[in-house]
Amino acid sequence: MRHIISILLENEPGALSRVVGLFSQRNYNIESLTVAPTEDHTLSRLTITTVGDDRKIEQITKHLNKLVDVVKLVDLTEGAHIERELMLIKVKAAGAQRDEVKRTADIFRAQIVDVTSTIYSIQVVGTSAKLDAFLAAISGITILEVARTGVSGVSRGEKVLSV
Amino acid sequence: MLIRALHDEGVELIYGYPGGAVLHIYDAIFNQDKVEHILVRHEQAATHAADGYARATGRPGVVLVTSGPGATNAVTGIATAFMDSIPMIVISGQVDSSLIGSDGFQETDMVGISRPIVKHSFMVQNPEDIPNIVKKAFYIATTGRPGPVVIDIPKDVTDPSRKFKYAYPESVKLRSYSVPAKGHTGQIKKAVEILLAAKRPILYTGGGVIQGEGSALLTELTRKLGYPITNTLMGLGAYPATDKQFLGMLGMHGTYEANMAMHFSDVVLGIGVRFDDRVTNTISKFCPGAKILHVDIDPASISKTVAADVPIVGSVTSVIEDMLELIKLSETKVDRKALDLWWKQIEGWREKDSLKVVSAENDVIKPQQAIQCLYEITNGDAYVSSDVGQHQMFAAQYYKFDKPRRWINSGGLGTMGFGFPAAMGVQLAFPDAVSVCVTGEGSFQMNLQELATCLQYNLPVKIVCLNNQALGMVKQWQDMQYGGRYSHSTYSESLPDFIKLAEAYGHVGVRIDKLSELKQKMTEAFALKDRLVFIDVMVDPMEHVYPMAIKGGSMKDMILSKTERT
Repeated sequence: MRHIISILLENEPGALSRVVGLFSQRNYNIESLTVAPTEDHTLSRLTITTVGDDRKIEQITKHLNKLVDVVKLVDLTEGAHIERELMLIKVKAAGAQRDEVKRTADIFRAQIVDVTSTIYSIQVVGTSAKLDAFLAAISGITILEVARTGVSGVSRGEKVLSV
Repeated sequence: MLIRALHDEGVELIYGYPGGAVLHIYDAIFNQDKVEHILVRHEQAATHAADGYARATGRPGVVLVTSGPGATNAVTGIATAFMDSIPMIVISGQVDSSLIGSDGFQETDMVGISRPIVKHSFMVQNPEDIPNIVKKAFYIATTGRPGPVVIDIPKDVTDPSRKFKYAYPESVKLRSYSVPAKGHTGQIKKAVEILLAAKRPILYTGGGVIQGEGSALLTELTRKLGYPITNTLMGLGAYPATDKQFLGMLGMHGTYEANMAMHFSDVVLGIGVRFDDRVTNTISKFCPGAKILHVDIDPASISKTVAADVPIVGSVTSVIEDMLELIKLSETKVDRKALDLWWKQIEGWREKDSLKVVSAENDVIKPQQAIQCLYEITNGDAYVSSDVGQHQMFAAQYYKFDKPRRWINSGGLGTMGFGFPAAMGVQLAFPDAVSVCVTGEGSFQMNLQELATCLQYNLPVKIVCLNNQALGMVKQWQDMQYGGRYSHSTYSESLPDFIKLAEAYGHVGVRIDKLSELKQKMTEAFALKDRLVFIDVMVDPMEHVYPMAIKGGSMKDMILSKTERT
């Protein structure tokens, strides 16, 4: 099963490599990873999506917790949560396809953020599944480039991840 | 300032080797007499010596090496300590801050290279950070599940002209690092009830009990319950081996009774163990009828390989104390009748005498007999450091350790070349004690340069080399699984004359090749109290280590001799 693990990490040199290294060292898989400082600049927030059964995820969270640079973590998928990913996608948009791409983008509430006479650059925001669905919806169109940020997320309601 | 910080931390001894990047530090060592430095002959030996010191004393071992090759040579020793959870501080020099990343002379990314084999690591950026980082490093290395910590220091950071106001912190607090202390009372209660209601219980304890200073409490608990107990390779000495409740070591080369009792038990109380593959054999066939109670200070150790029915995270001492208290209060009492039956069954297995030694013909020495002899003449009270291979297993099986911290071996990583420098570290910690290195002619050649260190510091280590003229454990597997094709495991025609070698380094060498002379010659060698003696014991080259677990089987599946299996 897919899990989204969100981590508060000391914002120190080498901290990220310890997290990433742990995954390769123990043969765990990283599907996506995002990282940036939080409002408190001594802390980074890192979000990893990974796949595994409950036992594997338990081991992953236990080992992450053992890293001295990891301050706190939460498996967002254990409860209700909001996940978002941003995708920038550049497609060929000429002739009849121009309208079709525009319509599809509207349906997905995507925005066309850059235009040339033959190309649209589109920004799509949503869950990873929505981004996948958008890619499937424009499968007839020539895709020139895709850049995805990876998943970021927070728990719903009053639950927060903070020190 | 670094040396002052080490002194303030209570460090008396460091093991190291100088080089360009650490010359400021070495100059500081020269100008003081509080911290003693031991010059080894190879950085790997510095780490093993510090490791042996740490295992024997319980205090962290400290290593100082230079950048580049100095640092990479230390890597094997760091990994060895990491696998066995040994507290160690490795200070590695680094090129000047301004040169980092430029492929400077003797530059290597030590923090990167050591990352998967350290508990934590630091790169010092400013001189004034040194006291705080040293304090943090020792705190992390010695608390919780101990482990090695690397401090990488660029040369400019130790430049004596960069003055700062020195103050050593009294305590340290890390928001991202906490040490589990007491176990969950509800869980301990649950475990105690299951333990008391057991019909066929067994205690299975490991290195965590020794690291956690829990041997006395464990002994009290075991005696109170009257249950059988087995130790892992790392746990030998945590419970007195000469006691009748002790079944011997378990696992791949464990005794018949220990492995059978594990397999047929209904409750396993694992303390400070990690259900290693060398213990469990095939996980899916492990202890089929047993409830697993698992106590460990590291939550990640619990349910890593074998799922625990009752997991308890806490220090062994606090958890055992709580258990003893709860046993007193519990209304459930040990089922003595069931326990008697269980012991009867165990005694039946014990009668098999799986460690029985059959003398060879023609006065040939069996390796087991050499260990038995060593045990006798040292009254079972020596510090025994071992290398890796058949001799290691023979020592674990035949030297009965009654005290913790006496058996010093590389259990997790299985590092050949560990034993001799470790014995050196032990001797430095306890100058008057008998420090023995049990080794083989293969392992010994991996760190023999330390003979020079022993001469320089007058370390009268006794080296007992079980010389079978081959890489015995490899050869044994080739005998058993590869049709006796000895691919690169024999070298009898190119072995050095170890007697002359010892003498060349200013030591004493003794060769023993007849069983009838074994005891007398070994006694004479040990009588040379202030000399290092290399005792080259020529043993039966065809001997195998038994019992041996059968791959793919359960714990009850063992090969007992060349002709017998369960």
